[in-house]
Amino acid sequence: MATVGSGKFERSTSLLQDALAGRRLPRWGVGAVGLTSLLAAYLLNVLTVVDGVAGTFLVAVLLFVIGQTGWSFTVEGRRHAVDRLATTTVYAAFLIAVTPLVAVLGTVLVKGFPVFSAQFFTTSMRNVSPRSEGGGLYHALIGTLEQVGLAALIGVPIGVLAAVYLVEYAPEAKSRRLSSAISFFVDVMTGVPSVVIGLFIYTAFILTLGLPRSGFAASLALAILMLPVIVRTTEEMLRLVPRDLRESSLALGIPRWKTILKVVLPTALGGIITGAMLSIARVAGETAPLLLTTFLSQSINSNPFKGPQAALPTFIWDQFTSGTDASRARAWGGALTLIVLIMILYAGAKVIARLTGAKKS
Amino acid sequence: MAKRIDVADLDIYYGSFKAVENVTLAVEPRSVTAFIGPSGCGKSSVLRTLNRLHEVIPGAYITGKVLLDGEDIYSADVDPVNVRRTIGMVFQRPNPFPTMTIRENVTAGLTLDGARRSKAELEQVVEKSLRGANLWDEVKDRLDRPGAGLSGGQQQRLCIARAIAVEPQVLLMDEPCSALDPISTLAIEDLIEQLKLNFTIVIVTHNMQQAARVSETTAFFNLPAIGQPGRLVEIAPTEQIFSNPGEQATEDYISGRFG
Ligand SMILES: Nc1ncnc2c1ncn2[C@@H]1O[C@H](COP(=O)(O)OP(=O)(O)OP(=O)(O)O)[C@@H](O)[C@H]1O
Ligand SMILES: [Mg+2]
Repeated sequence: MATVGSGKFERSTSLLQDALAGRRLPRWGVGAVGLTSLLAAYLLNVLTVVDGVAGTFLVAVLLFVIGQTGWSFTVEGRRHAVDRLATTTVYAAFLIAVTPLVAVLGTVLVKGFPVFSAQFFTTSMRNVSPRSEGGGLYHALIGTLEQVGLAALIGVPIGVLAAVYLVEYAPEAKSRRLSSAISFFVDVMTGVPSVVIGLFIYTAFILTLGLPRSGFAASLALAILMLPVIVRTTEEMLRLVPRDLRESSLALGIPRWKTILKVVLPTALGGIITGAMLSIARVAGETAPLLLTTFLSQSINSNPFKGPQAALPTFIWDQFTSGTDASRARAWGGALTLIVLIMILYAGAKVIARLTGAKKS
Repeated sequence: MAKRIDVADLDIYYGSFKAVENVTLAVEPRSVTAFIGPSGCGKSSVLRTLNRLHEVIPGAYITGKVLLDGEDIYSADVDPVNVRRTIGMVFQRPNPFPTMTIRENVTAGLTLDGARRSKAELEQVVEKSLRGANLWDEVKDRLDRPGAGLSGGQQQRLCIARAIAVEPQVLLMDEPCSALDPISTLAIEDLIEQLKLNFTIVIVTHNMQQAARVSETTAFFNLPAIGQPGRLVEIAPTEQIFSNPGEQATEDYISGRFG
């Protein structure tokens, strides 16, 4: 009895599977096509005009796409073939997108890492000639940290407050003038080249007010550059906070400003911090506005309010244009330092956002 | 402590759009008043004028009077923050504050109003409010976990606990059970039975049985036609509305012959 029953059962499931599954490529199909394509491309490389690693790889990818789609079309039918083609295209697009990124990181790492040493991080370029080895970027590191830090101190609060105004207060204002003016200038500022902002600060701060070149002047330029990114990302994040949440807070008898400060902003905090970090990362690499506002320096100046100050981007530019092997190596070292610095800031911001933002269960 | 509400000649506007017109009704203290009616007839709008939440929508305003124990809550010298402190509200979708723990959610209305309170006092409020919302036993061991980690029904009871923690005198509920399963709905209905001993409750519901089960008084709102303002058709003891309504429209609506 039992055997008969189970036999019937087996047959009906296999029928069902046939109906649902259809004919598919074997599991090893993708790998096989891939290997064959690579091999064919290699042979073409050896035997014919196809040349170089990139060329070979490109040919291999093309062969893979054609081979897999064709095989799939004959065995599995049109729908699966299109699916495989689309999947391959998405993967290829992803690879193309990350290749330059990985290449840049790799190059900077390979060229920059050899100059890293305790001395590199603790000394300045004072009395070090471009031709000789040694020296360091301590002065530039201090400059960048102070200038970017001050810029963030100025730019982040102003940007966040402007966004709070745009989202929380502007919709019920009697006149839309102020909010449309803010929106307009934010849009315009997004498009203004950084060198123009540098020129503006140079004219306003140094020529007109007669103040000396200083790291602070650079901070002002960087703060202006940060503003549009901060305003726009904060605005987006605040708009994502559900209306219900604001209303529940108001319904508890919590005043408006406290609702914004304690309920709305904390809920959006993760995104706001990410936006602020992106803007900081963006301005930390700016060179032109620094040259116009604080210029260069080879020695340590830890006072951002007085005298020229070095910074990592201007250090890199200066060392690279000096043109000797030793100075070029230092330039790569500076570039690697800048990247690492931004990564540290970014990781730190993520940690802060996780600790303070929406609590996950 | 519970207070009565009198609404007189209330018109509700969203900008130039008049959503509700000519509502006059009374809500008795220590009782449950249910608002029923088809979608879009203005039940939520009326409810939100009772704690001055309507006016937080840009361009929204009202004309007419809303009296809380005889005092006009819309008179110029009344602070809406104080009104909302006296008249609490629970929303349709459970919405605990996502950045806060269960404990912080319950005390939010107290800690964010500026007055200082001792830790012990807050502890007491947490337990009392969560007990009041029938949630204490389920969450007492995880008060410091995020409020968003609870089930939907628990979250809604957390929102009720949050609302009663500030000790309002009136509790407004806008379809508090519409996102909940039957068991959680029952839990909330039981809760309403207990709460009405101390609070005046106004509840909006689409569930006719629910209105019949929990309320003493029922107000039926209707839309005369699309694009016209909603109106209050009648308000009467719930038994009468469901057994012997005064208007044909009410009978059509509750017997499902609507349209
Ligand atoms: N924020 C708003 N802005 C403009 N009009 C609104 C707004 N909220 C509601 N209305 C309008 O006011 C009218 C009444 O809406 P209300 O939400 O009070 O209805 P309701 O009876 O609660 O409906 P439901 O049962 O679907 O919740 C509707 O015509 C609606 O379109
Ligand atoms: Mg509603």
